[in-house]
Amino acid sequence: MTLWWAIAALCAGCYALKLAGLAAPQRVLDHPVVRRFAELVPVALLAALIAVQTFTEAGEAHFDPARTAGLAAAVVALLLRAPFLVVLFGAAAVTALARLLLG
Amino acid sequence: MDGTTHRPAPVRDGLGVGLAVGLSGLAFGAAAVTAGLSVPQACVLSLLTFTGASQFALTGAVGAGGDPIAAVAGALLLGGRNTLYGLRLADLLQVRGPRRLLAAHGVIDETTAVALAQPDRESARTGFLVTFASLYIAWNLTTLAGAYGTAFLGDPGAFGLDVVGPAAFLAILWPRLSASRELRALAAGGAAMALCATPFLPPGVPVLLAAAAVLPVLLRR
Repeated sequence: MTLWWAIAALCAGCYALKLAGLAAPQRVLDHPVVRRFAELVPVALLAALIAVQTFTEAGEAHFDPARTAGLAAAVVALLLRAPFLVVLFGAAAVTALARLLLG
Repeated sequence: MDGTTHRPAPVRDGLGVGLAVGLSGLAFGAAAVTAGLSVPQACVLSLLTFTGASQFALTGAVGAGGDPIAAVAGALLLGGRNTLYGLRLADLLQVRGPRRLLAAHGVIDETTAVALAQPDRESARTGFLVTFASLYIAWNLTTLAGAYGTAFLGDPGAFGLDVVGPAAFLAILWPRLSASRELRALAAGGAAMALCATPFLPPGVPVLLAAAAVLPVLLRR
């Protein structure tokens, strides 16, 4: 039941956070620091998520060759301007293949 | 929503992003069940939370054995960026009343990116709406499929599904990284901080800590 409470809290909280932005007063919107912050924070958080999801396992730094190869494939696909879906499928396919080959 | 002109570009952009990103619900469903959530729990998260990074953060923390309160706090702080997106979208969407209550649920990375990429307000509104609708439908259907499928797959890692989350985040981030050297440095800083903090802090917290990497950039001018 604890997990359900956690899920309920997250659902309510995430919705409130979304609504708070849309409902904020205009003067907050116009503040340059707020705008700059809104542009910068997601970059730092998303980069951190990529790093943590790729290079950690159970709270420890961890190098997974297959996952790293998949992410490298994503980088190559992005450099070649591949569509989003191709990037994701390519990354998953390379990771799966690498796991198969590396055992 | 209302009499918005349906021009090809925002509709195409919205559908492209919505359907493509929506498919990564497959990875979320798989990750949630792998972390120990039930299929209904995974589906409720996608229906009512509808913000992928927070959902992945919660399941990641639960799977790693994190305390539920810390897991929720981490996922919520990550959802805080949607507030900032809302700040930018409020002016562009100009929605009021009950419509705003509905539109608020759609304020996420992808809808913001598509809306802000449009040349005018009308296209921005169309882009937001099309992205929201297509992504919501695709994300929820694929969450269900991923969660159910995982029970049959056995090990989702064998299909490389664990790389879909980071690859999706990278693809979202890519245009901003390729456009600005400053943002590349910020991304590298955030990633390094999170990795260094991982052994010492509970799951979810290192990612939040990375937000501090924006401070030197903010203070620089």
